[in-house]
Amino acid sequence: MDDMYRTLTMTFREEAADLLEELEAALLELEATPGEIDLVDRVFRALHTLKGNGSMFGFEEISIFTHDIESVYDAVRGGYLPVTKKLIELTFSARDIIMAMLEEPGKVPEDVLKSSRTLADAFSSMAREAGRESGEDGEEGIDRESEIPERRLRTYRIRFRPDPGILRTGTNLPALISELRGMGESRTVAYLKNIPPLEDYDPESCYVSWDIILSSDRKPEEIRDVFMFVEDRSSFSVDHIDEGLEDEEEKRLGEILVERGELTRGDLENVLSERKHLGEDLLARNLVDEEVVQTSLLEQEVIRETRQKRQKEEALSSIRVASDKLDGIVNLVGELVTVQSQLSQAADDREDPELASIAERVERLTSELRDNAFAVRMVPFGTTFGRFRRLVRDLASEMGKDVQFVTEGGETELDKTVIEKLTDPIVHLIRNCIDHGIEEPGHREKQGKPPQGKILLEAVHSGTNVLIKVVDDGRGIDEEDIRRRAELKGLIPPGSRLSREELFTLLSTPGFSTAKEVTSVSGRGVGLDVVKRSIESLRGSIDLAGNPGGGTNITIRLPLTMAIIEGLLVRIARERYIVPLSEVEECVELAREERKGKNRGRHLASVRGELVPYVRLREWFDIDMDPPPIEQIVLTKNSGNRVGFVVDQVIGEQQTVIKSLGRMYRETEGVSGATILGDGSVALILDIPQLVHIAERLEG
Amino acid sequence: MGKKIMTVDDSASVRMMVEFTMKAAGYEVLEAVDGQEALEKLDGEDVQLVIVDVNMPRMDGIELVSRLRAHPRYRFTPILMLTTESQESRKKEGKDAGATGWIIKPFNPQQLLDVVKKVLG
Repeated sequence: MDDMYRTLTMTFREEAADLLEELEAALLELEATPGEIDLVDRVFRALHTLKGNGSMFGFEEISIFTHDIESVYDAVRGGYLPVTKKLIELTFSARDIIMAMLEEPGKVPEDVLKSSRTLADAFSSMAREAGRESGEDGEEGIDRESEIPERRLRTYRIRFRPDPGILRTGTNLPALISELRGMGESRTVAYLKNIPPLEDYDPESCYVSWDIILSSDRKPEEIRDVFMFVEDRSSFSVDHIDEGLEDEEEKRLGEILVERGELTRGDLENVLSERKHLGEDLLARNLVDEEVVQTSLLEQEVIRETRQKRQKEEALSSIRVASDKLDGIVNLVGELVTVQSQLSQAADDREDPELASIAERVERLTSELRDNAFAVRMVPFGTTFGRFRRLVRDLASEMGKDVQFVTEGGETELDKTVIEKLTDPIVHLIRNCIDHGIEEPGHREKQGKPPQGKILLEAVHSGTNVLIKVVDDGRGIDEEDIRRRAELKGLIPPGSRLSREELFTLLSTPGFSTAKEVTSVSGRGVGLDVVKRSIESLRGSIDLAGNPGGGTNITIRLPLTMAIIEGLLVRIARERYIVPLSEVEECVELAREERKGKNRGRHLASVRGELVPYVRLREWFDIDMDPPPIEQIVLTKNSGNRVGFVVDQVIGEQQTVIKSLGRMYRETEGVSGATILGDGSVALILDIPQLVHIAERLEG
Repeated sequence: MGKKIMTVDDSASVRMMVEFTMKAAGYEVLEAVDGQEALEKLDGEDVQLVIVDVNMPRMDGIELVSRLRAHPRYRFTPILMLTTESQESRKKEGKDAGATGWIIKPFNPQQLLDVVKKVLG
């Protein structure tokens, strides 16, 4: 293998030298006759091959360096850039640099790299000038591994309808089908009904199509990849068909009657045996054809088997534990974290290296234990879907509406207590969707919408947060209507404009409702405010967007865990505070000259040329002592805005066990809780989003 | 008797990489430096897979694909194109001409082998 690599490298080097010679020759001719497009083509081709092959044979630097030059010549080819003396001059220098880069892959001397960078900048600014930089090539398309859902057995229905002419592209259909079959257990049905009679039959055409029911632990993308070469020469679909089947099946009428003793099992079976199977019935009525019934029965069978297998696997690999035992463990971990930070503190004070190393190991173990204990408490969001599905069904039929309920991201995990506290708010939101959002079927049809409304409930991970979305395609939010009502009730001055946030605040004001009449479900105006409060008690936030007629989109943002967070410990005078690390972007020093004046009533600091507003926590907490000569700004990012908080000193990262404040202090603005530090003293945990909000309000 | 593969590329290093990889996997490998030479050599052979670079002097890869699709012996033979990310439009031209699939440069031997196995079955 090594030999092969050496031979390849050598061949590439020789070839590259030839290409550079060709490049030089073409450049010389181009210099003499700048209008000659064939010469530009020659230059481009040489560069293109150098780039493509360079990275295949380990000469990454060449490939990267050549990329921009190639783009420039592509622009010249397309008539977007002229051939200038400067361009040719630069390309000659580039040729020399590529020559130098050929010496040893991966070991290009620093001075060559340096001049290559300068040159590359010149070329890329030229390419930009041509205005063809963006969207030109797929170089941005680096495979980003999305968050990998755990491997689990899923059942897919794959429908594959190749174009009749597909064989003429050399596609090997049996190979494609066996590639699919190799991904798991499968049943395949071939549809033969399109095969014409012999006189019309073209032996070079494909008349067959397939349904494949596949149980596999592969991801849907991997299955779609099988079709990558034929996707525009066929229609195919990959559907996950056993989603949501974990919910307990509703009992059938017959079973219930038997259970209640209203009917004997014998009578039930007699009646059932007289009835035809649904499939036979449908066939007899000519509603579906036999092939379809066959595949559907297969599908049913495979789903049943997969479910059984999965249940068996899960039963073998998991145990059930009462949830209060888990809560007990988490509480103990919380106590342990507090004691551990006391230990670390004591070790620091004593300056005993042995004790310090033990304290360090305890710290590492504690943090691992903490992560494990939390992971145990995580529950997939999908476990709640069954309940919501039932709610939608019942409510919709009660209100004479037709609603399809779609769920996504059921595998997204959330802390058990968060899920418990989340159920009621989501029930409320879904009720609102059905009551206020989705219109009656007749009304929808008049507006050109499908008669069946749709509600989507989705959970996705986003950094250290989980986003939960409730989306409907109903009548949306009529801002004008809300404004009018608010005016009528004297909540806002006439003629005022509302921001999205104010809109939401209005909607969640107790007693404020835009529903035209009060129904048993909603419209009493107690609802959104309760939802908002319960989400905030989970340290989350809620946002709402919608257009009249275009549906409503509600997003709940929640932190992943509840009880322990990573915090940044800071000090102001003698007081210490915790800033949740997830909010912190960076810490910088506040220069003395910057903190003197205010700019139009706001404090502004310049961070690498960008002006960032900041809040002096010293003033916020009314601390009288003089600030030290050098202060620190903790920069936080909140819904896109950077805001700084000035403190005396940034002490460091700290695992923070959140203790709620007593009832007396619960309403304190800007503080979300407290924690006990290693030395036994208390530090307040800052509520950054709220502080930012208050700061903005004060600025007005 | 192993299957025969032809690699058509004006770059010797790419041809060599294809050759090494395919020979190691038990295939027999023929070479051509451009479309013209490929057509001439393919005539007397029975090749089961053709791997074609898109950009070549004399006859380019796309032209070769359409010629082969009109050739009685190679109408149904799998043909793979070698392209780069920036050649999306060329890739489409090749597909329209009847290419079976494509490999995006740069690629490594394993990726090449995977795609070859995919189209040969």
